[in-house]
Amino acid sequence: MTASDRSASAKTPLDPLVPSRVWVLRGAFSAISIPAFILSAAFVGYAGLARETGLTLIETLAMTGLVWALPSIVVLTGALQSGMGMIPAAIAVALASVRLMPMTMALLPIIKVPGKTKTWQLLLASHFVAVTAWVFAMRNLPELPREARLPFFLGFGGALTGFVFCITGIAYLLVEQLPQVVAGALFLLTPIYFLCSLWGAARLGADKVALAVGLVLGPVFYVYFPGLDLLLTGVIGGTLAYVGSRFMRKGLLS
Amino acid sequence: MTQTWWWPLAMILIAGWLATDVWRWIGVFAGGRLREDGELLIWVRCVATALVAGLIAKLILFPQGTLSETPMWLRLAAAAFGFAMFLIAKQRVIAGVLAGEAFLICGWVLLDAEAWML
Repeated sequence: MTASDRSASAKTPLDPLVPSRVWVLRGAFSAISIPAFILSAAFVGYAGLARETGLTLIETLAMTGLVWALPSIVVLTGALQSGMGMIPAAIAVALASVRLMPMTMALLPIIKVPGKTKTWQLLLASHFVAVTAWVFAMRNLPELPREARLPFFLGFGGALTGFVFCITGIAYLLVEQLPQVVAGALFLLTPIYFLCSLWGAARLGADKVALAVGLVLGPVFYVYFPGLDLLLTGVIGGTLAYVGSRFMRKGLLS
Repeated sequence: MTQTWWWPLAMILIAGWLATDVWRWIGVFAGGRLREDGELLIWVRCVATALVAGLIAKLILFPQGTLSETPMWLRLAAAAFGFAMFLIAKQRVIAGVLAGEAFLICGWVLLDAEAWML
């Protein structure tokens, strides 16, 4: 490592020789953050919805820990409430969760050390993929040395999930005492938070175009193709955004 | 029939956990073959982004619970105001969230007060 490398990394130590358990701890500490605070607030809102729906504390916590993707959790709660069968409910949740696949795919080349990282480690890490952790990872992991990224992400994801899990349980027990306006306001927190963080994580013009197209197409497809709306919005809107911004990047001919 | 004690837990395990994590696992197996800056990955990211954006619009336009009692224009205005403040505050997420929430709560309280007066 040269002297200039050292001075450039004086703020966040980037020494690749730091053992991975240190990176796990650093990841865990970096979970004490504004996104974690906002996500907790969104789950407080969810705890209110779960209680209104008639879910028990155990069920609410099982969903938080096992599913760990708020949109999918909300869909599953709706399915339980309406007494849907297992297969239709699974399809609905699977459709709401499809986005986790491209998100995981996009994250993987960043956290993987080619030839070294074991598949089971990646499968374990993938459970933490959800909007908050993904946005955080896409934004911050590329600045870390490659070997540090997976342990850092595991620490971050584990701490975030554990913390939000506890908050959800506490909120479930206390939520009845919240005024209606506060409980309702917590439901709007999730979309505003998703909107801002998604824009912040956009690296290319294409991502921002995709965001705008998705915002417009989402409600349209929801009205005309309920159930399939998220999938259609993603595939059609994402492709439109990709093709459109590719023309802008490379011109019509290439 | 579907109200036995274990039914919701079975639903959570199969329709929740499995239906969600299976996508993450597929992502792991499929993502190993992608390059970080490849064209395919740009497209995949566009799909994921548009999908979450669609969900955002849904949560604002067609919310569940108590929030659905507010008029749609108020929720849209609150979200737009929050996003504008987020951009103005050099893309600080907390600024956007707080501004949007403040807008919603003020609007809601004012509308409620007006309803009381009439």
